[in-house]
Amino acid sequence: MYFVEHFSFTMQSAELEIEDSFDFLFKIILVGDSNVGKTCVVHSFKSGIFIEKQQNTIGVDFTVRTLKIDGKKIKLQVWDTAGQERFRTITQSYYRSAHGAMVAYDITRRSTFESVSQWIREVEQYGAASVLLILIGNKSDLHANRQVLFEDACTLAQNVEAAFVLMARELMARNGMTAIDEISLEAPSLTLNSSHPVRDTLAPDKNCRC
Amino acid sequence: MSKILKYPFKLRTRINTFVSDGFVTCMFLCPGRSCHQKQQSLPARPVIPLVARISDQNSSGAPPMTIREKSRLDKFRQLLSSPSADLDALRKHSWSGIPREVRPVTWRLLSGYLPANTERREQVLQRKREEYFGFIEQYYDSRTDEPHRDTYRQIHIDIPRTNPLIPLFQQPAVQEVFERILFIWAIRHPASGYVQGINDLVTPFFVVFLSEFVEDDMENFDVAALPLETQRNIEADSFWCMSKLLDGIQDNYTFAQPGIQNKVKALEELIGRIDEDVHLHFCRYEVEYLQFAFRWMNNLLMRELPLRCTIRLWDTYQAESEGFSHFHLYVCAAFLIKWRKDILSIADFQGLLMLLQNLPTIHWGNEEVGLLLAEAYRLKYMFADAPSHYKR
Repeated sequence: MYFVEHFSFTMQSAELEIEDSFDFLFKIILVGDSNVGKTCVVHSFKSGIFIEKQQNTIGVDFTVRTLKIDGKKIKLQVWDTAGQERFRTITQSYYRSAHGAMVAYDITRRSTFESVSQWIREVEQYGAASVLLILIGNKSDLHANRQVLFEDACTLAQNVEAAFVLMARELMARNGMTAIDEISLEAPSLTLNSSHPVRDTLAPDKNCRC
Repeated sequence: MSKILKYPFKLRTRINTFVSDGFVTCMFLCPGRSCHQKQQSLPARPVIPLVARISDQNSSGAPPMTIREKSRLDKFRQLLSSPSADLDALRKHSWSGIPREVRPVTWRLLSGYLPANTERREQVLQRKREEYFGFIEQYYDSRTDEPHRDTYRQIHIDIPRTNPLIPLFQQPAVQEVFERILFIWAIRHPASGYVQGINDLVTPFFVVFLSEFVEDDMENFDVAALPLETQRNIEADSFWCMSKLLDGIQDNYTFAQPGIQNKVKALEELIGRIDEDVHLHFCRYEVEYLQFAFRWMNNLLMRELPLRCTIRLWDTYQAESEGFSHFHLYVCAAFLIKWRKDILSIADFQGLLMLLQNLPTIHWGNEEVGLLLAEAYRLKYMFADAPSHYKR
């Protein structure tokens, strides 16, 4: 699934000393309606910290995080996009080189879930054919205001053959609950920093003929 | 760096399928409340500590005025007391910064909102303020109706996220002002409508016009405690001055944002001519100008600079002809070159982008902005009317 050629890479140059090495580089684009919490997700991912009030994203924001998985250095570039329609022209140019796309919606706003199909079409239209899709139902700590059933999302995910993961980021940050408590056993296998599927899927690709 | 771009990867399946019914949050999070303690040490993007942020450096708390500042203020007062303000002279003096005490009236004059003729001012102000509240009366109730519902919804979700860390902007009275200003502007400008980022552009006007009524600690000032008429005047003046600003840069916000696309291209071209090292460095590491400069244009550098610096910058933009639409390009070029050492010392794409999206301007004040503007002026002087000058 992850299709990056395996390479070890060290930047070198006579006058420049900084080096940047990694075994795998994955580019992930994060899309979804405005105010579903995309930037909060990225920020939590980057720093482990939940900040409730984020400024609206203008165009595309860039974040990078390096993870060690099974002894491999995995570099993740996350492109956090602005949700507003007017920025579509600029955000579309980021799909092409992305290995993964995360489509986020807000479980407390039905309309953001109804937009998901449109976002998926966008990914299909502009992204590489091999792009991995993940659906993220955000703000699941606000379950009292839930407007999107988890089952609806599952159905959608199955219908579009998209990967599906439900995130509960705010649950953690707000209530001080560890997400591990909330995580079902089968879920953690697919995320940016969970090890198994990445390892499993990376392995065969090491030999891909790129 | 991105070798992968050059070697297209092989795809395995059209779309990969994973279904799970659990929560995956954990990996992204630290356990609970302890998070908040770490918050301050984090290098977030330019959401900056606030105390020093809002008030400009000429405000109270700053050292007493120097003789030079005093004489500048006297000069402004003299210009402003004339029965018909000499706008050229006012522009000339405003270019290097407007004293805080006279900034509100000077901004109203320079933006073309307030007439130069003193006698007409009261009447014009009254008429424009009434006109604005006429719009409110006429249109604001339609915000939840079909044609305008989406516009209003977008504004409504953006306002609490505008200057999110400054208490002033969390006050309901202030948020309502911003919503009304933006909604009225948006429906009166259907070619662009409301675009994210425009919400930031209200802030400097609002703060400057509010500053007439606040001694200090603007961050925590209770706006609702002001007389209603004062609140309304601040709102209407902010609306009109913001409208004047946006009139000059509307193509930044129309479909496909051509104004921004052109300016980013122009920036790239300009840097190629004035600093080939930086330009080639970007090429080498596949950094595209659009990746960092889009926001510089869309938000007029407001996300890159502390608010006090934006206010100072706008003194000059309003003093320049086409300050926001044209001179801004040279300011962006000067701003980029300002970091050339840091840029050239970083030899990887992600490092460069992280730097460019989080430039350390947190401690900037009038002095840094002054230098930036001087350099921008030099660039404009050398290149604006000489398209072949230093051509590559």
